[in-house]
Amino acid sequence: MDKILISGNWACGEAAIRAGCRFYAGYPITPQNELTEYMAEHMRQAENGTFIQAESEIAAVNMVLGASAAGARAMTSSSSPGISLKQEGISALAADELPAVIVNMMRGGPGLGNILPSQGDYYQATRGGGHGDYRTIVLAPASVQELADLTMEAFDLADAYRNPVMILGDGMTGQMMEPVVFGKPRPRRYSEKYVLKGCGAGKSRFVRGLILDALRMEEHNWKLVRKYNVIAQKEVRFETFRTDNAKLVIIAYGIAARIAKGAINRLRDSGYRVGLIRPITLWPFPAQILRDTAERIGNFLVFEMSTGQMLDDVKLALDGRARVSFYGRPGGVVPTPAELAKAIVQEYQR
Amino acid sequence: MKKVFARPTSLKDTPFHYCAGCGHSITHRLICDAVDQLGIRGITIGVPPAGCAVLAYNYFDFDMLEAPHGRGCAVATGIKRTLPDRVVFSYQGDGDLAAIGTAETFHAANRGENITVIFINNAVYGMTGGQMAPTTLLGMTSTTSPPGRSAPLDGHPIRMSEILARLDGTAYIERCAVNSPQNILRAGRAIRKAFQYQMDGAGFTLIEVLSQCPTNWKMTAAESCRWVDEVMAKTFPVGVIKDIGKGEKHAD
Ligand SMILES: Cc1ncc(C[n+]2csc(CCOP(=O)(O)OP(=O)(O)O)c2C)c(N)n1
Ligand code: SF4
Repeated sequence: MDKILISGNWACGEAAIRAGCRFYAGYPITPQNELTEYMAEHMRQAENGTFIQAESEIAAVNMVLGASAAGARAMTSSSSPGISLKQEGISALAADELPAVIVNMMRGGPGLGNILPSQGDYYQATRGGGHGDYRTIVLAPASVQELADLTMEAFDLADAYRNPVMILGDGMTGQMMEPVVFGKPRPRRYSEKYVLKGCGAGKSRFVRGLILDALRMEEHNWKLVRKYNVIAQKEVRFETFRTDNAKLVIIAYGIAARIAKGAINRLRDSGYRVGLIRPITLWPFPAQILRDTAERIGNFLVFEMSTGQMLDDVKLALDGRARVSFYGRPGGVVPTPAELAKAIVQEYQR
Repeated sequence: MKKVFARPTSLKDTPFHYCAGCGHSITHRLICDAVDQLGIRGITIGVPPAGCAVLAYNYFDFDMLEAPHGRGCAVATGIKRTLPDRVVFSYQGDGDLAAIGTAETFHAANRGENITVIFINNAVYGMTGGQMAPTTLLGMTSTTSPPGRSAPLDGHPIRMSEILARLDGTAYIERCAVNSPQNILRAGRAIRKAFQYQMDGAGFTLIEVLSQCPTNWKMTAAESCRWVDEVMAKTFPVGVIKDIGKGEKHAD
């Protein structure tokens, strides 16, 4: 396989098409426009590929809902404000148990905010985001290569659990260019029995989220929870970096973890024993590795490009087992490794 | 003996939950008649709305996919683009289609999506208890226009069919009523023709149905049928609004 230099947004689009995605609907918003444009250029060349520039993010996610029910591997993408609009549809996908991939290249917020890289949508992504008791699997790539790999994997996970999967990147992951080797997609494994394609001579089916009877609605909720519990058990992904003999461990995801690696390499050169745990799945959150690490190391620093959202999950996971401090840069600020290193040294001394 | 009337086979043998005299149940039967006559039960996929027809899948005996409130045309677009040889229709009330879902409806029509919309205009939000709809007539009372709809304060009743007919993507739009045997027969023919147009690839088709809601109009069933002719049809005149003339050979 050839190595090519490609932007994150393009790599995501290319990986999706290679993974067999044949339906894409989106609405322009920076910093993910290159993904929509890539799909416009390439999706209609793929066999049976559909590209629609929708009238809104709401329409786009509902087109994906229809396409997914009809059996297509389907995807939509946006950035923060547009992802807010998609929440009703994501909730419907989860309720109906339909697979779909939703990409969020986060930008600064709240409100219109700005178009710079940010990580302010962690709560929205990991807590369901829309209404009702549901979960989306959330994957956080830290490089263009990983974005391409996780995009392919997202479709498999969505099919396996019949659940929406979100790729949570940011303006930088989407727009930076890096070398990528596209992996080999796995053949699709999705039972025809879930596809709504007209009942033929057989029994008709309906796909719906409406369950008026309280006890049956409750049973559906518990059924979803049983599925989420399997996901939480089987699909946790994370990376550890230079944590052996560390005295302080940084927890960071996505592009913030890349910055953290730069800071850690510098600090290690000057004798500081620091390491990194990088959650790759934000939901399910890799709580166990944090608890295991806390048996050896008592000092954790959470670094996010937000005012502190994943911080809650770290505290929940550690449950008082270790000291947790926080360094955050919201609003589209991307701190340098040197800035982060300064913050780390302060906590390291304590 | 010749059988001249029967329950359509694509209509499940389940009692309707609709109020007595409601236009929804009549329209359901007309849709099933059309599906049976065209022999398309096995390739039809319907999209029910949020609204009084939210349980439509309990009655229609073909595949159905629920849409969030107002998103029927977007959901139907996703299905139809994925399965172009299926007959796909969305079924939507006036709040669903002409308020919260205006954008989805308008743009699906403008793209000329090859789908059919059955648009139930009962001039109120039925399911949520009789609030003002975009189609509520001027002066008409509702729970959110208690003194009557006021043009300067509440705006005007929207004639969606006429608006959509101006878009180049639409192929066939007709406004019908289900308040008399004659109108019911005509509405049935219109629905069949719309499906036929879709099967011929003509583009976006929409049948608006002036539909009695005796409960929220606070009338008897008989009164509501008369009210459609005497009052409602003055704002929403029935008839063909647009017909590009494709698929005519199949329609009667
Ligand atoms: C996002 C959202 N907003 C509001 C509702 C509540 N709701 C359900 S049906 C409906 C309107 C129904 O009116 P209409 O579309 O005219 O259909 P009818 O019931 O009269 O057939 C509303 C507002 C909802 N389900 N979802
Ligand atoms: S409230 Fe009106 S629209 Fe709804 S079922 Fe009753 S009569 Fe029909």
